[in-house]
Amino acid sequence: MKREKVDVLVIGGGAAGMAAAVQAANEGVKTVLIEREKKTGGVLNQCIHNGFGLHVYRKELTGPEFMEELWKELAETDVLVQSNETILQVLPKEKEVIAQSSEGMKIYEVGSLVLTTGARERPLNSLMIPGTRVSGVFTAGVAQKMVNIYNRLPGKRVLIIGSGDIGLIMARRLKIEGMDVVGVVEIRPEPGGLMRNVVQCLEDFDIPLLLSHTVTEIHGRERLEGVTIARVDESFNPIQGTEKFIPVDTLVASVGLIPQNELIEDFVEMDYINRGPVVDEFMRTSVDWIFAAGNNVAIHDLVDFVYEEGKIAGKYAAKVAKGEKLPEAVYRFNRGKNVGVMLPQKFTATQPFRMYIRPKKTLEKAELRISKESIRKYTWKLRPSQMIDFIFREFESLEPENRVIEIEVIEIE
Amino acid sequence: MKVFVIGTGVVGSLIARELSKYDIELHIVEKKPDVAWGVTKANSAILHAGYDDPPESVRAKFCSKGNYLYNKISKELDIEVKRIGSYVVAFTEEEINTLEKLQKQGEINGVPDLEIIERKELLSREPNLNPDVLAALWAPTAGITEPWEVAIAAIENSVENGATLHLGEEVIGIEVKNGKVKRLITNKAEYEADVIINAAGLFADEIAKMADSEPVFEIFPRKGEYILLDKKLGNLVNSVIFPTPTKKSKGILVLPTADGGLLVGPNAQDLPPDKKHDLTTTKEGLEEVKKGATNLVPNIDFWYAVKTFSGLRPETKEKDFIVGKTSVWGFVNAAGMRSPGLTAAPAVAEYLVEEVLIEELGISLNKKKDFNPFRKRIPHIDETSVEVWDELVRENPKYGELVCFCNKVSEAQIVEAIKRGARTLDGVKFRTRAGFGRCQSGFCSLKIIEILSRELGVSMEEIKMNSENSWIMNGKVRV
Ligand SMILES: Cc1cc2nc3c(=O)[nH]c(=O)nc-3n(C[C@H](O)[C@H](O)[C@H](O)COP(=O)(O)OP(=O)(O)OC[C@H]3O[C@@H](n4cnc5c(N)ncnc54)[C@H](O)[C@@H]3O)c2cc1C
Repeated sequence: MKREKVDVLVIGGGAAGMAAAVQAANEGVKTVLIEREKKTGGVLNQCIHNGFGLHVYRKELTGPEFMEELWKELAETDVLVQSNETILQVLPKEKEVIAQSSEGMKIYEVGSLVLTTGARERPLNSLMIPGTRVSGVFTAGVAQKMVNIYNRLPGKRVLIIGSGDIGLIMARRLKIEGMDVVGVVEIRPEPGGLMRNVVQCLEDFDIPLLLSHTVTEIHGRERLEGVTIARVDESFNPIQGTEKFIPVDTLVASVGLIPQNELIEDFVEMDYINRGPVVDEFMRTSVDWIFAAGNNVAIHDLVDFVYEEGKIAGKYAAKVAKGEKLPEAVYRFNRGKNVGVMLPQKFTATQPFRMYIRPKKTLEKAELRISKESIRKYTWKLRPSQMIDFIFREFESLEPENRVIEIEVIEIE
Repeated sequence: MKVFVIGTGVVGSLIARELSKYDIELHIVEKKPDVAWGVTKANSAILHAGYDDPPESVRAKFCSKGNYLYNKISKELDIEVKRIGSYVVAFTEEEINTLEKLQKQGEINGVPDLEIIERKELLSREPNLNPDVLAALWAPTAGITEPWEVAIAAIENSVENGATLHLGEEVIGIEVKNGKVKRLITNKAEYEADVIINAAGLFADEIAKMADSEPVFEIFPRKGEYILLDKKLGNLVNSVIFPTPTKKSKGILVLPTADGGLLVGPNAQDLPPDKKHDLTTTKEGLEEVKKGATNLVPNIDFWYAVKTFSGLRPETKEKDFIVGKTSVWGFVNAAGMRSPGLTAAPAVAEYLVEEVLIEELGISLNKKKDFNPFRKRIPHIDETSVEVWDELVRENPKYGELVCFCNKVSEAQIVEAIKRGARTLDGVKFRTRAGFGRCQSGFCSLKIIEILSRELGVSMEEIKMNSENSWIMNGKVRV
């Protein structure tokens, strides 16, 4: 079996992984980027709508265009890109990684590791909706791939479940391609995706959005024949008597993304709200040579932030591979009121860093408090569908004896 | 001698394989487009030890013997059998009494090494059990397998030994002359027949009616719903965990699956005889399953659910197997194969051939000299070492190209499954585990459709999920 020594091994060639690899290589270390699909790019490959790159490249790009910018960056480095290769296992004691490809099995001995494996779509099956198991039920990503890459339609008449951005974009896409899109149902009282997408994908195309609704039963014997939908109460339980049968042959589900951390979750500290590893501002996990960035750390809204995280992870992973010792992350954030997804969870307090928070619920106006002190005010509406980001530099107020810092988003008048 | 086996569930398949040892003309007839898509596709997949069945029942006659025979067939047919043992757990004194009764019953049935384990020892072996348990009946010979794989393997081996497999062919009539089997009629052809074996699962009553044979019986579907959970929870229990059984059923269990996931279920709901296609899951049923499972293992996090499904038990009024000859010479039943039918199947197969056909009906069967008892499974990386896989890839680089990431299935395995008869997504899934995992085929379904279409030389639109009308794609977006 082949063995190979590398300084920085980046697992996953999406936006975060490509950015991490570029940055690591720019630090002058031997960097290998592994991608299990035929080509790098990850979900960017599928996202042929625009809205990417405003922060990073200062222009509005489609997914593939953003990807091409990244390829250009990669081409200027010595990064060795290995696509069609899958990492099967990370061995934490040995600092080794087992890979599989058509060349055989391979063991990498690594200096440091950056995990950028992204997220997978939550399958509808896992929601345990009663009914039959029929063909015609797809995740939004599969429907998207079918249309964009395989040039095939998933059916004739479709209902979308879940109003995340992918769901909204697929509603429009399938309508444009000639399918009868009967609507989008969303269990929450407000859309899951960006407002801009609600307008551009649904309203402009007369596609109804049914808020506080869900699918309660799947019908059909072989191919989908219809679904029952119902209104839900505040605790998301279907309200009796509001059930309605909707005849459709296709159900497209956009019911969430699940960060993929199977390779490391058994031995790094995990955050079960983010469903990703606990990281510090260097994107370092609880194992000091394993870094992580992108959607496997927490689900992000914008590729631009994922890119930035990748750069940070790549930079510090390279330093660790070179034998540099990074300061210890001695401070920890404690989630206070209304704080959902949050990163980083730990920090060293040696330099300002960008912080991301997803409010747990919609807040008309709010302020961000650190250890009860207000540091920022939001005079606009905050929604769970939109992460807030800010630079954390409030180090003066930190007291060395108090290393757990409470962070909250409080509703104000 | 022309022998027909109706049905390719685990029962029909193992009977066919037993028959393929003899010099006969053997036909296997299955109405579905693939093997093992009936009861065998959805059940608990347990090789029961054999203490449940009343000693005077037909079930008892075959269960522990079948369990034992899996030692041999798992080697010959290269199928996964994990002898992980089972516990029946008791929460009250009364239930402990039942455990003792079960232990005695098991000893009469010939079940080896049964033992009652006290709470402390039990919790050290199964730390995630409800701490209120008092004791459990331990049965080390209980195991788990993949029932469809047993059937697939047995059919492959039968065909290798000369049997003819008729898929997508439904038996619609049986002609009897002078009290003897004469002809088998299907929706496609008519065949002269000497012996017909009825292993038609839920539909065995309809077949028996076609032959107008006695015993007369009816099959009632009895639904069981399940929740399958992610491999992450596969280590919550090490063995099969049963509650103490009631008169009605063995109860809702918690067990690891052969490929490393966690399975909970089934409940038991009696359906009318015309509901033999009702594989729906229900809200109430799934709630019942959750409740039953968390009563045994409290900290199951259902966020990790992968999917739900249900199976139909082919139940008879007597709740027992109907195995043996009938009033029509040459027409033989292997019906009412409710649980522990999977476990009993190898013993039923041996009995039907050696006792019923040869002894009772006096048919002289000669063993083939060149019978090949061996069949090899499609290799799976979880069941081999990295070094062995490395060699495989060097011989065929397609073993290195992963298609299903969750269950680590390569293109070579999928192509091999197609060579062995897979024509649909389910055909590939049940032969390779591709698409069985946590993403529920989100990453691989389209790639598998592409491979199926390429290997079979048909368009992608023609690839189905399983049955005739389960189409997946609806024509081109742009021509
Ligand atoms: C919920 C549940 C849990 C169970 N758990 C266990 C367990 O843990 N352990 C255990 O030992 N047993 C268990 N069992 C029982 C076990 O699954 C069955 O005994 C076994 O699978 C039955 O196999 P079979 O071959 O008789 O039926 P099937 O698998 O249904 O095979 C019958 C075949 O006949 C075909 N057929 C029907 N009619 C025709 C026709 N007219 N022409 C041609 N073909 C026809 C069908 O399509 C089908 O493929 C369970 C069953 C259920 C439902």
